[in-house]
Parts: sequence; structure tokens; C-alpha cells
Amino acid sequence: MSVDSQTVRKIARLARIAVTDDEVPGLVEQLNGILGWVEQLGEVDTKGVEPMASVMPGNMRWREDVVTDGGIQDKVLANAPDAASGFFAVPKVIE
Amino acid sequence: MSALTDLSLAEMKAGLDARQFSAVELAQAHLDAMAANRHLNAFIVETPELALTQAKAVDDGTRSGPLAGIPLGIKDLFAVEGVQTTAGSNILKGFVPRYESSVTANLLRDGAVFLGKLNMDEFAMGSSNETSAFGRVISPWKAKGSDAELVPGGSSGGSAAAVSARLCAGATGTDTGGSIRQPAAFVGIAGIKPTYGRASRWGTIAFASSLDQAGPMARTVTDCALMLTSMCGFDAKDSTSLDIPVPDYAAGLTGGMKGKRVGIPAEYRLDGMDPEIAALWDQGIALLKAEGAEIVSVSLPHTKYALPTYYIVAPAEASSNLARYDGVRYGNRVTPAGGNVHDMYAATRAAGFGKEVKRRIMIGTYVLSAGFYDAYYTQAQKVRALIARDFEAAFEKCDVLLTPTAPSPAFAFGAKADPLAMYLNDVFTVPASLAGLPAMSVPAGLSASGLPLGLQIIGRPLDEMGVLDAGLAIERAAGFSTRP
Repeated sequence: MSVDSQTVRKIARLARIAVTDDEVPGLVEQLNGILGWVEQLGEVDTKGVEPMASVMPGNMRWREDVVTDGGIQDKVLANAPDAASGFFAVPKVIE
Repeated sequence: MSALTDLSLAEMKAGLDARQFSAVELAQAHLDAMAANRHLNAFIVETPELALTQAKAVDDGTRSGPLAGIPLGIKDLFAVEGVQTTAGSNILKGFVPRYESSVTANLLRDGAVFLGKLNMDEFAMGSSNETSAFGRVISPWKAKGSDAELVPGGSSGGSAAAVSARLCAGATGTDTGGSIRQPAAFVGIAGIKPTYGRASRWGTIAFASSLDQAGPMARTVTDCALMLTSMCGFDAKDSTSLDIPVPDYAAGLTGGMKGKRVGIPAEYRLDGMDPEIAALWDQGIALLKAEGAEIVSVSLPHTKYALPTYYIVAPAEASSNLARYDGVRYGNRVTPAGGNVHDMYAATRAAGFGKEVKRRIMIGTYVLSAGFYDAYYTQAQKVRALIARDFEAAFEKCDVLLTPTAPSPAFAFGAKADPLAMYLNDVFTVPASLAGLPAMSVPAGLSASGLPLGLQIIGRPLDEMGVLDAGLAIERAAGFSTRP
């Protein structure tokens, strides 16, 4: 499998990264180089092997479903590029 | 007495206890060394006022603990409250956390003094420190007869350069695929990545969450042991934190290898292996044998698939983790004129991320996308399981594994411009990361060009003690004492 410029533009859109027309050919080449190399994994026989998502054995820990945090609105907003009236502010979403 | 900055962390601890010097004197000596070595670009932020305040509190007796007064550098991946934390990225320039990472909180609890934030590859993605938005870190080492500047390795390259150049007693590092071990090897220091789950990931900026582990980098194995005990421990805020006691590693350290079985994985002897690296490995085998260890040949059949597995799993997790940098809650924002919120996301991320980070996010996005998920991501997770099984089988025959840390000594800037060539530098470190095993690099010799070379010890899950003991045995027997 290899990617073309249309696919690269689609991936960039999914990843929310703006790419210029000039950047596309280089990205096509680099991504194909990496994808071509990782494709060797296809030759490994993995029939019946459970995919490993984590090295941790067993299930995740549970805790009581209680509030353990909060009341720090000023700290939460302290690094926001734009904040107003105690909220994060973004460009207009609804036309 | 030699310069305070030349002492090992353990010697500094003893000197402070015996009141041969004060914590303020020790901090100031390091701050002076930092000021004299700014050309290395090891620190992104220096925190002299914070360091002197913390040191004074140690001298006053209001701060104490096993690391009281020990001056440390902190990799810029760890949130330190009130100090800019950027992960080496433009997108976080100016970000000042209002909280403390669990690992640095543990070090502060134990009395450590923080000298500043150390430079690194952007979001820990790199093996040479060339991807940092704050400029490359320069290794304090030079090859014999050459004036060419060399990479300190990566991603914890600022940590490696600072410890090696005596700008701090020790430093925190993080290791996702070798980011503690490879730079440690490149600059002739020690560094250990503990078992996945030993050190809390809370407050450490995420790269690939199933692989990321914090660990210490220092000039001796004992110094690493002292820091490791402090950095590790259960943390309810990290869902993968292990709720088991952490040994006092320094107290338990013996360096004894009698009766220990040291496995030598046949598949690590690559075709076309650098003869210097092969010779160093043989020398390490001979040293441990002379210390009383039994040498056992073992097989890790899926070794050659570890790198391609890693370069699917890590970018996949990164693409998800780095989705949070959207210009809304923190970090920098770019809004094109007349643009909507989607234009803002795309412009913010295009301006904020560097080339390597974008490349990995895009690879990760692709391998997780509809139609490709099973062929790439699920297959990689299955191969990861086989790699972990290989190690389990090997550890039925041996107690620790001995391998080289890196396939070459430190290289020059720009030497690995092709991303794939750079990725191949992690060939010996990535497998242990995928299996979540404790692993360390110790300096073991010099190349013909006079550059440090490291050997790697990989241990069973939770056997950091066994790894450190083998590390100490090599450190003693190899007697590495060269400095930049």
C-alpha cells in the first residue's frame, strides 16, 4: 500500500494539520518510505495471537466514583490563549 | 578538594551530610558551570532563584530527605509548577504549569534542588536532539583530532549533555524507545528506564502512553539507584502506576554477579555490525564472566520486527495524545483572518509542530484510519505480543540480558537526515520498551575515535535491582573514567 497526494491531504485534514501545496510531494515520499518499511510486519504469522495494547497484566484499577478535584477555574484557564467570563474562548462556531 | 561539580551524586550527598560544603555552595557551583557552558544549549530555562531558595531551605534545615540539596536538571517533558514547560515544542512556548508532575514532586519531597529545564527533541521524538524548537543540544564530547560538533543523542539529549558536562549531579529523562539509554551511551554516563508502571506518568507530557517511562540519568550506577528510588512509587493519578513497594536500590546494590546467568541474544548480532561495537560487547561478556556470571546464549526471534512495530504503535499513540494541542486550552493559537474554528485548529498545529512531529502524527493518523487499522495497527500489536513472549522465554534461561546500547558512537549533526536512518539508531533499545522491561545503559569503553560507548542490560519485569547490579559490575570492571 502506498499513499498519493490526495491521501496525504486527507490524512492532514484528519490530523487537523494545514499543509501547503509545496509540502505535499515531500510528505508523499517520506510517508511512503516509512510505510513501505513497516509493511514487513505483514510477513509475521500472528494467527491466534491476541493484540497487546498494554504491558500491564490484568484489568485497570477502579476507584470510588467521587469528586477528587475541582474549584480551580483560575488555574485551568491560566494558560488559555483566549479566555472570557470563566470560559475558553474560540472563534465563532455557529454561523 | 576537586571542584564540587566533579563529585558524584553520592559524594555530594556525603559531603552535604558531613557539612563539608553547603547546599547553596553546591547549587551555586552548578549554576556557575551552567553559565559557562551555555553554548551546549542543554537548558531551555535556567531557574537559579528557585535553586538557591530550595538549597537555602536545605541549609536552614527546613527541607530534608534522601536527596536533600542535590542539584538536578529536569527534562522539559516534566511539568514543574510555575516554570515554563514546553516538551521542546513551539506549540507550548510560554506554557507555565499550575501543577507539579508526580516524578518531580517525589524528587522535591526528597529535598532535591532544581537547576532548570533541559532541552530535548520535540515531544521526545528524535534520537539526536535536532528536532527541538529551542535549537540543537551540542555534546560536550569531540572525536579525537576533530573539531566537529556531535549530537548528544536523544530524546533526553539536554539531560545527557548536562550530566556529562558536570552541569548537574543527575537529571530526569524519559524513555519511550531508548530516549534515556541511547543519549546516556553517547555521552558516557549511566541511565535506567524502570519497568513500565514503576514511575508515574502523571504530569509528564505524553508521547506514546503504553511505552513512556521516566528514569534517572547520572554519572554512576549508584547515583542512578539513588534517584530511581526517589522517582518511582505508586500514584493513584496514573491508571498504569504499579501499586507495589519500591526497594531502596542504592542500599541493595552489591554488583555481585556470582551465580547470575547473563543472556546474550543471538539476533542482536546484526549483519554488518560495527566491529567496535561487537568488540565492546565481547569485552562486556568477558568482564561479567570474570565476575562469576554464567554466560548463556538466548534467542529473541522477533527482534528484527521490533523497530517497524514501534514505528506503528508509537506514532499511533502520539497522534491521539497530541490531538489535545488545538490552541484552545493551552499553548499557542494561530487564527487565519476570517477563519473558523477548524481553520484555527489546522493553522495552530501547522505552525506549532515541527516536521518530525507532524510526520509522526500523520503516520499515526494513517495507521489508525478506517480500512488500514487492522493491517497496520492490530498487526503491530500482535507482533508486540510476540516480542514480549520472546523475552519471557529468554528469561527462563537467564537473569539479565547484555547487549550494546546503540549501533554506533555519537554522530555528527545532519548525518542522519533521512528519518528511517535516524529510526534505525534505536534498534537495540526499542525491543525492551515494547515489552515494558527495565533496561539501563552503562559506559563501558571508548571507540577508536575516543568517543564513549555503552552496554545495555535488560532485566525481568520489576527486577531493576538485578539490572543495576549488573550495571555496577560492568562499571567497576570497565573502569570508565574518561570525561569530555
